[in-house]
Amino acid sequence: MFEAPGLPRPHYQALFQTLLELPPEDMRKSQQAADLSFLHQGITFTVYGNDEGTERVFPNDLLPRIIPHQEWRKIESGLTQRIAAMNLFLEDVYHRGRILADGVVPRELVYSCRHFRREMRNLTVPRGIYVSICGTDLVRLPDGTFAVLEDNLRVPSGVSYMLANRKVLKKVFPTLFRDYGVSPIDHYPHALLATLRALSPLHTSSRHEPTVVLLTPGVFNSAYFEHTFLAQQMGIELVEGRDLLVHDNVVYMRTTAGLKRVDVIYRRVDDDFLDPLTFRRDSSLGVPGLFNAYRAGNVVLANAVGTGVADDKALYAYVPAIIRYYLGEEPILPNVETYLLTDRSQRNFVLENLAELVVKAVGESGGYGMLIGPHSTAEQREEFRQRIQAEPRNYIAQPTLSLSRAPCFLEGEAQARHVDLRPYILYGENVTLVPGGLTRVALRRGSLVVNSSQGGGSKDTWVLRA
Amino acid sequence: MNERRGTTMLSRVADSLYWMSRYLERAEHTARLIDVDLQLRLDQSPEAGSGRWWRLLEALQAPRPENSLIDATTLTHILTLDKSNSSSIISCVGAARENLRQVREQCSTEMWEQLNRLYLQVNSTASGEAWLLHSYVFFRAVRDGAHLFQGITDSTMSHGEGWQYIQLGRYVERTDAVARLIGAYLCRLPDSPDQAVESEEYLEWIGLLKSCAAFEAYCKKYTAELRPLRVAEFLLLNPEFPHSVRFSVDKVHAALRAIAELTERKAEQPVRLAGRLRATLSFSQIDEVMASGASAYVESVRHQCSQAHTAIHQIYFDYPVEAELAY
Repeated sequence: MFEAPGLPRPHYQALFQTLLELPPEDMRKSQQAADLSFLHQGITFTVYGNDEGTERVFPNDLLPRIIPHQEWRKIESGLTQRIAAMNLFLEDVYHRGRILADGVVPRELVYSCRHFRREMRNLTVPRGIYVSICGTDLVRLPDGTFAVLEDNLRVPSGVSYMLANRKVLKKVFPTLFRDYGVSPIDHYPHALLATLRALSPLHTSSRHEPTVVLLTPGVFNSAYFEHTFLAQQMGIELVEGRDLLVHDNVVYMRTTAGLKRVDVIYRRVDDDFLDPLTFRRDSSLGVPGLFNAYRAGNVVLANAVGTGVADDKALYAYVPAIIRYYLGEEPILPNVETYLLTDRSQRNFVLENLAELVVKAVGESGGYGMLIGPHSTAEQREEFRQRIQAEPRNYIAQPTLSLSRAPCFLEGEAQARHVDLRPYILYGENVTLVPGGLTRVALRRGSLVVNSSQGGGSKDTWVLRA
Repeated sequence: MNERRGTTMLSRVADSLYWMSRYLERAEHTARLIDVDLQLRLDQSPEAGSGRWWRLLEALQAPRPENSLIDATTLTHILTLDKSNSSSIISCVGAARENLRQVREQCSTEMWEQLNRLYLQVNSTASGEAWLLHSYVFFRAVRDGAHLFQGITDSTMSHGEGWQYIQLGRYVERTDAVARLIGAYLCRLPDSPDQAVESEEYLEWIGLLKSCAAFEAYCKKYTAELRPLRVAEFLLLNPEFPHSVRFSVDKVHAALRAIAELTERKAEQPVRLAGRLRATLSFSQIDEVMASGASAYVESVRHQCSQAHTAIHQIYFDYPVEAELAY
């Protein structure tokens, strides 16, 4: 937030001024009102590892993060470029595999990926879109540029918190909000619905409007609140696996008025659990026969099955090359430097410098399976050293980033905390980004981990109109 | 573009709303029964009260404890705060909340908050001797909480299909519970039921009326002179009193007709069954009921009610897929 100590960056000036003038007592009251409003609305997430179904409020910080218009324009074009390239890549690896034949991306990297689905080979998806809902994690580097930290191409979550934060902030800082000229984000659910409808095979014909549903794993899922929220906001049914059935490769939902055909499924269930006949047999969350209906083109899944191969953390290192290969353009948003541990010299470097680096498991998300060098013990480093040597394909390493910090209202005063940014990208008839995103905050002092499951919180993100 | 045909409601959602409502009604009914019973006990000798426990357990369909020497405190605990008893108040409120939690996006925020509040209140109650002394506060809170929920539901939720399942659940449960309660009392029927009852017996029949929140309404119609025949008539056949069997069946029938209309599944089994039961109750005379065997009559009401429940389940919640696909 600051250019130099005591000197806020220009777009933070007004916020800073307001804060200086506000009695701390007022801020405390606003924070309490906001917390209460989250609790009463039940804006919670579930923590795994505790008793089943422990609900916790997702901590919200009152001070907004502000992004100037120009910076946002760059983020927008960079993410649009990226999602286009990723979709071309997925289409390619599940069909001809040109990029593999040309040696741009190593074949074994793709085929050894846990999320590569052979079942998707030669299957044509509507409009060639595999990833239609994406939430990319960005970090702001010390030189001020935004870089991509992670592509979340499977079932990214958190968009409901983005909307909830905005709702609360509008109540807390109405005048500041108006004077700043903040771009609206409230149309996200509508844009999402339009995206999902655009994928329907019925879209161009006029048989009837496509029936879109949201498939949730159920009430014990950590993002269940978000599923109910989005379904309600879009006005579509929130279904569980047991509400759906497949007959003659057509998907139906069981309603009180009889069976109703389903055309598009916005699924918030991982690939593994979608269909016990095709994927994990012990899954009770899925729908038997769903994948065959999908193959037959009678139902659309968003995102498509098998997109995880493109957000594998080892493949991530090749994304700039992927962009150049398919689009013939230079990447607008840079990557974070990444060491591939399958390469002997890079691996040796990483093993020698574990204390300075961050090591991540390639197939994990949510901040699980990570080693943060500077915050680790010798014991933890030894454990990771062994794991890396046993399965080098399973890990990558990155330099420990000095994430940018933003002021947060904690313990009655403004304190700096590390943040990242997750904008949400939709890809249907065209690419849509609502101007904003989820700014996640590492609430523990000095912590670099922003994931909600690891003690993170969030704050509203204001993208300025001009 | 085509208009959306009516509304779509998932069977699972309808099922959850229906059971949420049944469980809450059950909790309220149980709270009233035990409260009335504990109050009556104060006016009676211990011997007179002992037999009533069995009747209470029977009326609530609670499992009989193995130890027949069990005391009032333990029994009350089993029926109210014992989580291992699936029909205790605490279990019923918990089940109601769990059902609503799974379909939260279907109900209003106010409804959820009220049921959640009731749940937290019931769960923060510590049992024991001290609690028993002031248990009327607890029972009152459960009744008030359920009433408040009902009021909030009626004024904040659209009276569409979902609301109809809530109505349905409440009145199916009530029909069965009141019929079962009357059944448990019929074995005590004096030889001349049309005579006013006195003293000890008087207290018993007041207990029955109060257990259905019907004492004041009964007095308005028949004065405070209690005749078992009239009590039975009032609770079985009165068309205006909301806890009578006939009133409840009317509501069940009305909800089923509305649902049949909304889902365009007219003239199906549940409507027919509820309609027949409704007709039986509206054309029955209490004299004839008594003459042909009151217990059998009540049993038949319960049987038909349970048939309607099964039919609702088969038509709306858990229908065979093959039949549907043949359409």
